[in-house]
Amino acid sequence: MITGFHPTRRSVLLSGAALTVTGLVPARVLAADPIKMAGIYTVPVEQQWVSRIHIAAEAAQAAGRVDYSFSENVANTDYPRVMREYCEAGVKLIVGEIFGAEAEAREVCAEYPDVAFLLGSSFKQDAAIPNLAVFDNYIQDASYLTGIIAGAMTTSGNIGMVGGFPIPEVNRLMHAFMDGVRETRPDATFQVSFIGSWFDPPKAKETAFAMIDAGADVMYAERFGVSDAAKERGILAIGNVIDTQPDYPETVITSALWHFEPTLTAALDAIAAGSFGADDYGVWSFMAKGGCSMAALGTFDGKVPAEALALATQREAEIRAGTFNVTINDDEPKSL
Amino acid sequence: MMALVDILISASFWAAAIRIASPLIFATLGELICERAGVLNLGIEGIMVMGAFTGWFAVYQGMPLWGGVAVAFGSGMLFGLLHATLTVPFGLSQHVVGLGVTLLATATASFAYRLALPQVTSPPRIDPFQPFAVPVLSDIPFLGPALFTQTALTYAAFGMAVVVGLVLYRTPLGLAVRAVGENPAAAAAQGLSVTGLRMGAVMFGSGLMAVGGAFLTLSAFSSFFFDMVNGRGWICIALVVFGAWRPGKAVLGAVLFAAFDAGQVRLQQTEIGAILPYQVFLALPFVLSIIALIVMSRRAEVPAALMVPYNKGER
Repeated sequence: MITGFHPTRRSVLLSGAALTVTGLVPARVLAADPIKMAGIYTVPVEQQWVSRIHIAAEAAQAAGRVDYSFSENVANTDYPRVMREYCEAGVKLIVGEIFGAEAEAREVCAEYPDVAFLLGSSFKQDAAIPNLAVFDNYIQDASYLTGIIAGAMTTSGNIGMVGGFPIPEVNRLMHAFMDGVRETRPDATFQVSFIGSWFDPPKAKETAFAMIDAGADVMYAERFGVSDAAKERGILAIGNVIDTQPDYPETVITSALWHFEPTLTAALDAIAAGSFGADDYGVWSFMAKGGCSMAALGTFDGKVPAEALALATQREAEIRAGTFNVTINDDEPKSL
Repeated sequence: MMALVDILISASFWAAAIRIASPLIFATLGELICERAGVLNLGIEGIMVMGAFTGWFAVYQGMPLWGGVAVAFGSGMLFGLLHATLTVPFGLSQHVVGLGVTLLATATASFAYRLALPQVTSPPRIDPFQPFAVPVLSDIPFLGPALFTQTALTYAAFGMAVVVGLVLYRTPLGLAVRAVGENPAAAAAQGLSVTGLRMGAVMFGSGLMAVGGAFLTLSAFSSFFFDMVNGRGWICIALVVFGAWRPGKAVLGAVLFAAFDAGQVRLQQTEIGAILPYQVFLALPFVLSIIALIVMSRRAEVPAALMVPYNKGER
């Protein structure tokens, strides 16, 4: 927001930049009145989780619904400042993740009641901050289905799982996956490790090697590096959040995919309708809402036992119909 | 307890320890050379990030793997030159300059990565160094799979340790480097250029640090991530102290630390793993290293002129 009769150097520069950008935007898009949207991420946009938000935002931009800009690699301590900068610059919707800056970020939301905030958070929405809606990747439905496939593909019945940190969004997917495995392999055992970092692929790889040495023949690849270890040792892996099969065609059977599009569309619709409020958008990641899916088997077409595939298809239909519920368990999983 | 023995007698555990130790060996040797010449190089963490990026990017642009290693070495030398210029002839605080170099190199690597690859959604990959089984040697039971089925860059790390040891203790150049780190005035009286030797040592050492970083993207993994060095540089500073400024002991320290690390991921899968929180295991290598450091450093001989700038003619 630029106010006052004495333009500062920054405001002149900003308006200059804004004019240039406006000149570049085709008239057709302007007519659709895109919402000014900003993404603020604590990791690079390559990171699996954030990449799903980024892709959905770029798609919305291509569709003319938003005017999207983003900041990546923002430190948690710097997060509130970046939020304020975008708010001051006139952004109307901020999407991001405040897992590491919950309290401070919520204070900023309260300071800018005219801006809509759609933020990934471990906590729930707060009626006192009506312009903050929360979301999370509740893709346990898809994780469950990949578990069914993994259980059918393991010969040793020993499955390795490497995670970053045991936070709710990681734990619930691991538990759903394990529940899925038990459908096809009731006697399965699991090795679970957390590497204490989101971005240390060499460490994730070493941890996976250790599990493979201990007998794992299917890896649940929550982190980059795990599928590499599986590939090097010639065993199988299940991807998470993004489809990693193109990079590991002989290794990754399938992946549990997160689709952020329904979440973003719901938020944009709510803003357009003037009904954006303190809601939990987590449900928009559920399979019934189209927020997650199991990736196509691709290179593993025909290599997965038909009974398992039939069971996965049946469960998927039941989940979509609402007759089967995957348990949401946020506790830290342990090796067993 | 039996689980621990099982881990220790498995070749795959020792193979993992050697693998994890390799980047640490390169960077520790690099830091050791700097410090033996009297310069503490806290730029190590950032220089490793820079090496990880430049080495990987060169290969991604089509250079051969060894070309990537050379590019990483060169980029490390450039940041070494910056560090050395500020700390040696200008005599500025080595702590401040070192941390500054780390911040600059880390930020530059991130910035260059995003400039070069603005649109990627999944980090691009290269074909990294593959494990190479040394003929005959790799057939030795236990030792073969543990030591002789590593990647070429791992063999290079151990080869470099031998070279650094030989040069430091068996050549006039090594004597000169050690002399400027112990008593620069005496070295200068012998007609040696303290400035030249120190700057050269810092540049070469920084090159090795960058190769240590490049190991992560060219051998341990196949793509570059902003935070992937993840504190390994700081570990190497401690390893130099642990090794009492001697290359052989420093390599031993790196392997020991790596063995603790390889051991903790395996211990997590035993009965104890089900009882103790995973954080205890992650902290284990650091706790054990601190204990080892206390024991080892009691007889360490610190280079006498470490962190003491030398001004010609000053008494």
